[in-house]
Amino acid sequence: MNFPYQLEARPSPSRTMQLAAPLLAALLTLAGGWLIFSLIGKDAAAAMYAFFIEPLSSIDGLAELLLKASPICLIGLGLALAYRANVWNIGAEGQMLVGGVAASGVAIYFDGVTAWWVLALMMFAGVLGGMIWAAIPAFLRSRFNTSEILVSLMLTYVAPQLIIYLVSGPWRDPQGMNFPLSIMFGPSALYPLFSGDWHWTFWKGTRINASVFLTLAAIPLIWLFMRKSFAGYRMSVGGLAPMAARYAGFSERRTIWSAMLISGALAGLAGMGEVAGPIGQLQSTWSPGYGFTAIIVVFVGRLHPVGIVLSSLLMALLYLGGEAVQTSLQLPQALSGVFQGLLLFCLLGCDLFVNFRLRRRGVVAVAAKTIKPLETSTLS
Amino acid sequence: MDVSQASGLASSAVIAAIPLMLAGLGELVTEKSGVLNLGVEGMMLMGAVTGYAVAATTGHPWLGFVAAIAAGIVMALVFGFLTLTLQANQVATGLALTIFGTGFSAYIGKPFTSATLPVTVDAFPIPLLSKIPVLGQALFSLTLIGYLSFALFLVVGWFLYRSRAGLMLRSVGESPTVAHAVGFPVLTIRYGAVMFGGAMAGLGGAYYSIIYLHLWQEQLTAGRGWIALALVVFASWRPGRLMVGALLFGAVMALQFYAQAIGVPVPTQFLATLPYLATVLVLVLISRNPNLIKLNAPASLGKPFSSLA
Amino acid sequence: MNHQVIASPPDLAGAPSVPARLSLSGVTKQYPLVRANDNISMEVAPGEIHAVLGENGAGKSTLMKIIYGAVRPDAGEIRWNGQLLEIANPAAARKLGIGMVFQHFSLFETLTVGENIALALDDEFDLKALSARIIKVSAEYGLDIDPQRHVHSLTVGERQRVEIVRCLLQDPRLLIMDEPTSVLTPQAVRKLFTVLRRLASEGCSILYISHKLDEIQELCDTATVMRGGRVTGKVTPAQETQASLAQLMVGHALPAYVHREHTPGDILMAVKDLSVASDDPFGTSLSGVSFELRAGEVLGIAGVSGNGQAELLAALSGELPLPASAPGETITICGRPVGRLDAGQRRTQGFAFVPEERLGRGAVPAMSLADNGLLTAHREQMVQSGWIKSAVVRAFAETCIKAFDVRCGGPDALAQSLSGGNLQKFIVGREILQEPKVLVVAQPTWGVDIGAAGFIRQQLLDLAARGTAILVISEELQELFDICDRIAVVAGGRLSPVKVTRDTNSEEIGLWMAGLFPGNEVVSHAAEH
Repeated sequence: MNFPYQLEARPSPSRTMQLAAPLLAALLTLAGGWLIFSLIGKDAAAAMYAFFIEPLSSIDGLAELLLKASPICLIGLGLALAYRANVWNIGAEGQMLVGGVAASGVAIYFDGVTAWWVLALMMFAGVLGGMIWAAIPAFLRSRFNTSEILVSLMLTYVAPQLIIYLVSGPWRDPQGMNFPLSIMFGPSALYPLFSGDWHWTFWKGTRINASVFLTLAAIPLIWLFMRKSFAGYRMSVGGLAPMAARYAGFSERRTIWSAMLISGALAGLAGMGEVAGPIGQLQSTWSPGYGFTAIIVVFVGRLHPVGIVLSSLLMALLYLGGEAVQTSLQLPQALSGVFQGLLLFCLLGCDLFVNFRLRRRGVVAVAAKTIKPLETSTLS
Repeated sequence: MDVSQASGLASSAVIAAIPLMLAGLGELVTEKSGVLNLGVEGMMLMGAVTGYAVAATTGHPWLGFVAAIAAGIVMALVFGFLTLTLQANQVATGLALTIFGTGFSAYIGKPFTSATLPVTVDAFPIPLLSKIPVLGQALFSLTLIGYLSFALFLVVGWFLYRSRAGLMLRSVGESPTVAHAVGFPVLTIRYGAVMFGGAMAGLGGAYYSIIYLHLWQEQLTAGRGWIALALVVFASWRPGRLMVGALLFGAVMALQFYAQAIGVPVPTQFLATLPYLATVLVLVLISRNPNLIKLNAPASLGKPFSSLA
Repeated sequence: MNHQVIASPPDLAGAPSVPARLSLSGVTKQYPLVRANDNISMEVAPGEIHAVLGENGAGKSTLMKIIYGAVRPDAGEIRWNGQLLEIANPAAARKLGIGMVFQHFSLFETLTVGENIALALDDEFDLKALSARIIKVSAEYGLDIDPQRHVHSLTVGERQRVEIVRCLLQDPRLLIMDEPTSVLTPQAVRKLFTVLRRLASEGCSILYISHKLDEIQELCDTATVMRGGRVTGKVTPAQETQASLAQLMVGHALPAYVHREHTPGDILMAVKDLSVASDDPFGTSLSGVSFELRAGEVLGIAGVSGNGQAELLAALSGELPLPASAPGETITICGRPVGRLDAGQRRTQGFAFVPEERLGRGAVPAMSLADNGLLTAHREQMVQSGWIKSAVVRAFAETCIKAFDVRCGGPDALAQSLSGGNLQKFIVGREILQEPKVLVVAQPTWGVDIGAAGFIRQQLLDLAARGTAILVISEELQELFDICDRIAVVAGGRLSPVKVTRDTNSEEIGLWMAGLFPGNEVVSHAAEH
């Protein structure tokens, strides 16, 4: 393959490319989207409009965007912390589900009680549920050195079974006509709605609720932890150079537990936010896959809180777009997944240029003679 | 349990094991060259949907298998290009491959969802041998693909340990820098290994949709690709052990359905979690001895190699 | 220091003679930030032992990679036996008859000797016949090796033999030896020279890369001296002095160290009967290691790599925990037992440590120098209630950079952007600035240019003068003789008796490095003959 250009290593990673690569990847994904729509015989322009612009063109759309971006961002913040420490928590989806289960348990148990602390207790339960589900891979990794990738992933296949069991049996709504659903949660077990409960007319008729504020609060807190705390520093070192962490005396065990528990807690909280928010009950399958989307968000967002916020919004848009074209153009909702995967691919590809650059082959400012044509010899 | 029940159990254990064997073998070769491809699940799904779609539309299951292999190779090439040529992080790219494969397969499989495949693949019982009680039905009454899966283990075993090319591949997995210094085409060898892994994963996925379940739906393989990855670790990267591990897991899955059928008083959802919990158990058992991993894992597994450095 | 040159070098008087085996002219190689080779010209005659002399960073390795075909030059001509050609890749080089014995060995640990050699020979794959050939050739040259053994079980010296035999099996006409003696005892070095002289007498040319002046004077017919990517001289080593060679190599005379008279003070670190298994399946376990470190003293531990140095360092630093049965008093600092403490806790007792690997262990490559200061010096008021005080962190880094002459882009420069010597100065400086009671240093000047090496060694001497106890573990025997008050040897995981440096010499230490010290039974795999 004689490409006229060749790759050469940069002396140090390029800052410009670090910022530009996600934008470049987004543009490439849009181009890819155009191609996909054209190939399946749809009017590309109309499809792109329906997918990307239309969801944003109303207050309701904006509310839905924030409502979807919020849990994704929350999970993503926790995962970024873990990935920086080289702890690959892939089971955020399962931790989110179990957090939702725990919170639902509280809501069902205290059904009929009207008090402010029900919601608080649900939040606590959600966090605890996520942490417990994350503690399993944490324990196995720190004690037996078992891959947390595979263990946390296996658990994401176990969690849905737990939910199905609960809503088909012990937690099934007796008045629910045998559907695998729990009771609808009462008002104390739901997040206050901006328009319904707080009467903010700007958001009239939308589903957006107070959980968004939790996410907003988490962003600066996580950023501070990562950048300014010594614990965050220790975790970063553990991720960038594990041997250096050992040399410095930073406990690997502590890092693994902190990373898994924090990311599990945030995922559990996000799960609680779903059942105490737009869904309002426990269903047999309720997750749109936020736990996996959050993984993409972390990479696209460069493991940085600001990047994560922006890419969460983008991911939420991809979800909404998928729903929009499903209704207007009869395209499968699975398209969202295609776009998300495509975005990640493009980003990984563009990432190359952070550490390498292209250079014209054979151009070197040298005054000496050039190489003569090839002539290998087998003379001894 | 009588003989016919035992035969049925053994037979379904082997059939359940075959996709794991195929995908696992492919990933084993990939990892032996030092590349960690976490996208097995995504490649299996693409193989499953492609195989099913082609088999259903053309009426020829064999075309389906060929198409599935091609789909697996294409996915693997994307992964290879990103990680080998563009030096992207292997873990992230593998995850991306799975996420993309899951979404894309759901997308193109929409028209075929939950319909039963109109064509079937015949079994080829070997005369005499297939009359052996229990084992005869399990091992000697398989489809051609089934026999192929077992044969592949012999081929790969010979390749890795008795041929010069296999030695080169293992050396690349041990130390790509040294291999490069000695003059081996590291990238070409790795591309080959990755493509083989993709072909196998695609074939395994197609087996799942065409022969095992006769249908397609979203996320059909339900984590089998991940279990295959765990099996490679469990097998300490040795083909013989991988086969044993796959058959063990096939037995677990067969037992799960058997228990449901005879009405064991355990919630079906719990039984459904058995393969996944078994995987966790198996991983813990293997990881307990760190030296086992250190001595058997290809030393450069997961680390990027740059000939420019 | 006498040897016979049997093959005569080309007749320079003018009569047409045999063409040079290898001739380079105008060879240049440019990397993004540095011109590794600048207009290099060199001639090697058949049967000549030709040294390429230069310090770390002079460009020797790049030049060898070009000759060996692993790297393509950007400009210049290469002639082989008078014929102009291009060496496309290592396989082509091997076909020409160029063999390379790598500094860091190009062997696959988990494969056998026979499999490793088979991989390098590009022809058929018959392991049985090959094994027979290996045994025959290795015996002929006195380099006996067993084809069935796995490489990971071999000592460093044995691995070098495998590399050499691998080259010999391909009937080389030019053999390149890259820093071959850095891993050998003095006795093994003698043996190697015998083999090389024999090869030269049979007409094989030898390119001998080294920075060790005495060896080059003893062995080599001619020498090309390189500095900063350029050729600074072509000489006959026997006619030069070490001073003149150093002048060509470094541009100035070699540094002399300012020693100080001292009387050793209190025992600051005591190690008693330390026995610990290596956590690396291919490593060497320690058994019964005991020694004492006194204030103001520099103790050196010599040894060929792979004899337990890594394990000793990890056990002292706390990275390798002691077995449960070992008492905490196995290691004490100022009388206090630290055997049960982890690495961080040992530092609070006044312990500091410079590891062998700079990038990835001593410093985090992708972090700035300031953040790397935080790695071990955080107890210098850098952390308050769990929060990092950036101002203090920066100030520390700036002090370190200034005091230790670290050439870099400032405290925000990434560790990976510094040269080896500068990064080492920073790491050593970071540890010294903490004014520890005990400092353990591993390979303090490996891969470091001569200027920085001299600076670092002097800093260690100054620190000792201030009362710190210093332990230096190094493979450079000369370095240990230069700066250490007392010296011992680790071989096969055991420690030799400790001798005052003045009372011993490199011959004796060389024997000890092979395991032949009083109180040690000769373990066969540690003995180098």
